[in-house]
Amino acid sequence: MPPVTTWIWAAVAVVLFAVYLSWTAGRLDRLHARIDAARAGLDAQLLRRASVAQELATSTLLDPAASILLYQASHAARQADEEQREVAESELSQALRAVFAAPEQVEELRAAPGGEEALSDLTSAVRRVSMARRFHNDAVRAARAVRLHRLVRYFRLAGKAPFPLAFEMDDEPPAALNPQGSPA
Amino acid sequence: MKIGIVCPYDWDVPGGVQFHIRDLAEHLIGLGHEVSVLAPADDESGLPPYVVSAGRAVAVPYNGSVARLSFGILSAARVRRWLHDGNFDILHVHEPTSPSLSILAAWSATGPMVATFHTSNPRSRAMIAASPILQPGLEKIRARIAVSEYARRTLVEHLGGDAVVIPNGVDVSFFADALPDPRWTGATIGFIGRINEPRKGLPTLLAALPAILAARPDVRLLVAGKGDEEEAVAGLAPEVRARIEFLGMVSDEEKARLLRSVDLYVAPNTGGESFGIILVEAMSAAAPVLASDLDAFAQVLDGGRAGELFPVENADALAEAAIRLLGDPQRLAELRVAASRHVQRFDWKTVGTDILAVYETVADGAAGVHEDEQRISWRERLGLPRP
Repeated sequence: MPPVTTWIWAAVAVVLFAVYLSWTAGRLDRLHARIDAARAGLDAQLLRRASVAQELATSTLLDPAASILLYQASHAARQADEEQREVAESELSQALRAVFAAPEQVEELRAAPGGEEALSDLTSAVRRVSMARRFHNDAVRAARAVRLHRLVRYFRLAGKAPFPLAFEMDDEPPAALNPQGSPA
Repeated sequence: MKIGIVCPYDWDVPGGVQFHIRDLAEHLIGLGHEVSVLAPADDESGLPPYVVSAGRAVAVPYNGSVARLSFGILSAARVRRWLHDGNFDILHVHEPTSPSLSILAAWSATGPMVATFHTSNPRSRAMIAASPILQPGLEKIRARIAVSEYARRTLVEHLGGDAVVIPNGVDVSFFADALPDPRWTGATIGFIGRINEPRKGLPTLLAALPAILAARPDVRLLVAGKGDEEEAVAGLAPEVRARIEFLGMVSDEEKARLLRSVDLYVAPNTGGESFGIILVEAMSAAAPVLASDLDAFAQVLDGGRAGELFPVENADALAEAAIRLLGDPQRLAELRVAASRHVQRFDWKTVGTDILAVYETVADGAAGVHEDEQRISWRERLGLPRP
């Protein structure tokens, strides 16, 4: 039978290992909470952008063709279910780029009454979508790095939380909308 | 919004990060936000009202140079007390990979946290070794800001993940409204930077000067910055030396007037720049800029559209470009217009709005910043008193 000290060392090792596991589980839990917060933020910014676009489409500040295009895209983005969301939001980005492709369009809108405000709302909404998406995907990457760790997989420290997925969409802003804005 | 900002470097020593934090804090206070800056500082009496001292900074060799940082158990306790008293809605740490207050703050707080990465250091061995220690702290940062596309690329390569690019801000009107000084006008080339720091590139400019003077004998070179003037011009012919004026250290007002006065501003830097704030200041003053084609400079100058570029350390190319520009008033006027237009994106109005948008994106609906409970409960579980 091994001496008592060996048992003590073994017990210490087990306790330290358990503490490490519990600490890692806590860290992972915090990362999941961060993803949830980032996802809620992204949802809010996407909704905000769709509302601003829809408001603009129904404001009669734009020509009828552009209005219909924008209305259709923003309506689809708001109504899209989870599976179709990335595609619908990307299509809204494309519609915004198509409508505001020409600097003249932006200038004309700026000159219209209430146009200045609508433009600054839209510029800020578009910018915030790409910010929120980067923050969300950054959180997803951090959580994935921890979850792929061997110990985390063997001891199922992630519990029942689903494997985090990045939100992939086209969030390129319309070129004419950023005359003095910062680079994306 | 209650905003807590952590500055890792000694507040008493002027530097790019310190100036950026000062201007950011003052801009945010001007918009009606409540701002508190935690920074290492020796003398508490001379601090602006919004700065809280985290104790004295210690000069330590770090990453190839001597940095004045603040760390250790006393600093950690001060960080926790500041977090506790501040009750912030958002915590903004700068340069969180330096071993200083920023990493301590990221370590001991939880809640909406934003970090700005200023430098684009190559990955140091210490950082690789410390990565398992740093990572849990860095994971809490919910939004990362890089000051340039170049800084973002290094950040992504070294730490993974992603960041938004928000450039450093400049008060454009301060430079644009400065009055030209008659002493410094008339066929002048400007240079601002430490004279004996080779990375600022003065040797390249001095090597190009004889050729420039041969083509345009009326040109004067104005050099502002501290350093040994005699040593700098040691190898030059007396008639070349006579066309150089050393202005020594200049105040902010003098700097603005100098940039407004010169016909051409030359930035011959050879490396170590992640942003290039001096180029933005020159563009704010509508000075035509001729800069070396470092990644960071090319980006600030909009790929050469808002200022001309020449190959790094190539004195012949610098001389050729300078002679061409000085002999072409129309091109200089075009550059002045292009610079004034391009520089708007670096104005604090634009930059401040962007940074606030980051704060709001992260803080929306989230609880405020507080001390990390996990740490406290561990201490209590071990029967240790709260520091």
